[in-house]
Amino acid sequence: MWYLCVFYHRLLDYRKPEVEALAELFGGGGSPSSHHRLRWKLPEHHHPDSPFHFVDLPSEHIARSIANRSILVKGIYEVWGEGSSYEELEEAISCYPEERKSPYLVACTTFKVNIDSFGKAVSSGVQQERIQRLTFIPFKGRVDLRNPQHKFWLMETDDYGSNNGLPPMVQKTIFFGREVGTADRKLLPTYQLKSRKYLGPTAMDAEMAFLMANQGLADPGKLVYDPFVGTGSILVAAAHFGAMTMGADIDIRVVRDGRGPDCNVWSNFKQYGLPEPISLIRADNNLPPWRAGLQEVFDAIICDPPYGVRAGGRKSGGRKLLKGAVEPYTVPDDKRAGHIPSTAPYSLVECVHDLLEVAAKMLVMGGRLVFFYPVLREDEVAETDYPEHPCFRLVASCEQILSFRYSRVLLTMVKIAPYTEAIAETARKMHLDFKENHLKWLEEGNLHSAVFTPIDLLSDSSGDSKLWKELKPKYRGKYV
Amino acid sequence: MKLLTHNMLSSNIKGVTAGYPLLIEPQIITTTEVPINPNFLRHIFPKLDYSALVAAAKTLGFSDLPETAGVSDLEDEGFLKRFNHALLELKLEAGALVCPESGRRFMVSKGIPNMLLHEDEV
Repeated sequence: MWYLCVFYHRLLDYRKPEVEALAELFGGGGSPSSHHRLRWKLPEHHHPDSPFHFVDLPSEHIARSIANRSILVKGIYEVWGEGSSYEELEEAISCYPEERKSPYLVACTTFKVNIDSFGKAVSSGVQQERIQRLTFIPFKGRVDLRNPQHKFWLMETDDYGSNNGLPPMVQKTIFFGREVGTADRKLLPTYQLKSRKYLGPTAMDAEMAFLMANQGLADPGKLVYDPFVGTGSILVAAAHFGAMTMGADIDIRVVRDGRGPDCNVWSNFKQYGLPEPISLIRADNNLPPWRAGLQEVFDAIICDPPYGVRAGGRKSGGRKLLKGAVEPYTVPDDKRAGHIPSTAPYSLVECVHDLLEVAAKMLVMGGRLVFFYPVLREDEVAETDYPEHPCFRLVASCEQILSFRYSRVLLTMVKIAPYTEAIAETARKMHLDFKENHLKWLEEGNLHSAVFTPIDLLSDSSGDSKLWKELKPKYRGKYV
Repeated sequence: MKLLTHNMLSSNIKGVTAGYPLLIEPQIITTTEVPINPNFLRHIFPKLDYSALVAAAKTLGFSDLPETAGVSDLEDEGFLKRFNHALLELKLEAGALVCPESGRRFMVSKGIPNMLLHEDEV
């Protein structure tokens, strides 16, 4: 059945994938291997970036579950009528089947009518006036403004062009619908980083962490792993949705010590009354400590790998060792206990290769890998440019613009094929190649300089055509 | 470090083939209370090396786990309780994990095992 889905006007690329992921979680989206996605329809005259979309969902129960768990869905509504004028709206509502309307109009219920106008604020006087136009609807229940059983919404969409850069509406549309579910945005002030006990420079923003946890289908009974756990911000979101969590990081100071006994990863979970992670390990994702034969353990791997722009990744080995400047040395026995092994820079290419390998092996069939991947905005990035692996199918890519120069894209991949010996063999060869050609890979994957080099050094023989290619519309920024 | 983690870890030093299971040298052991989640326990049971779990639990002072167990035992509440205790409630706060082949010790401090390999083990 078609429902009207109204989104908060932010993080535009993330809106529909979130609904699709939650539809799968609650049993309404079909399995990814059958390529069955939700059907969406734009209201007439609306721009794809508009907050109003129609979506076909199997039941009201599923629609409600999706809305209540989501972060970006302002509301899902059963539309009783729409029109470009109040006369058309009245006609449409009168024609809407009685059996769909009457259960919500009976005398023993309570209700409230809300007015919404996307793009502008409406004074209470105008709101009252609009509500008055609905007196033709035979409401028999009692009005309860605090805690009504049924909430109805009268939504007008015409003026959103002015402030947010969307092309102006050709024609006004008015919707009248019954609310089925809404997002609980109160989660955000509760979990906001501002009041988080233990933070690091790359701690994931609460809203984004919840979106990632939704893309990963975090749920009670599932095991979620973050191989670059840092301060645990992503695992906190997964734990909030009831998942069991595990994390690893190569930097022991971040994961074990934190900033003191009451200011570390464990205290972040205690702060919100969440069950602490099953384990936090100091480990290198390049040489993971898992036993041979351990496979298909995690339901989701959700992470933000280091891409070398603000926080460089590290792997075991020692920089000079890999460059060939020194021979492998043995640490004398008396110094072993406190020895901190040297690490080498970890290029983005190798980091992502290792992540895909670990995920391919350790995820259950149908499990999800959700991670951020950086892209330079001046390159035309098609879906085919994202990392690939024979075990995975890409189901969503959501771009978040970070600066003029680069964005990060949240990739959601589902494991559709088992990890075979042949795949393991290819991975082993690649691992050796990275080791032997350490310097070459480091140069090729140097994102930092691509992002921070002064602009005039970038334009080459092709003139300045690269930078002035059509970038996303002006109203797109970090939060939209 | 809980025993679920211990069950997954091995010593992957270059040249070592029998790096699992790691022997435990406990120094500080604690217990937390973890509510039983039967779905999770049933989901994770087939992935475990059960005998390694039994042995590890004994090192931490818990000998109530049966030597062998099958999927049918997961329906028994008594077993679930003991299984949950061994897997998720026992915690090694400080100590060491020892590679059974090379003897190399991986320290555990503040509940976190340090599995990073030294330069000559890579």
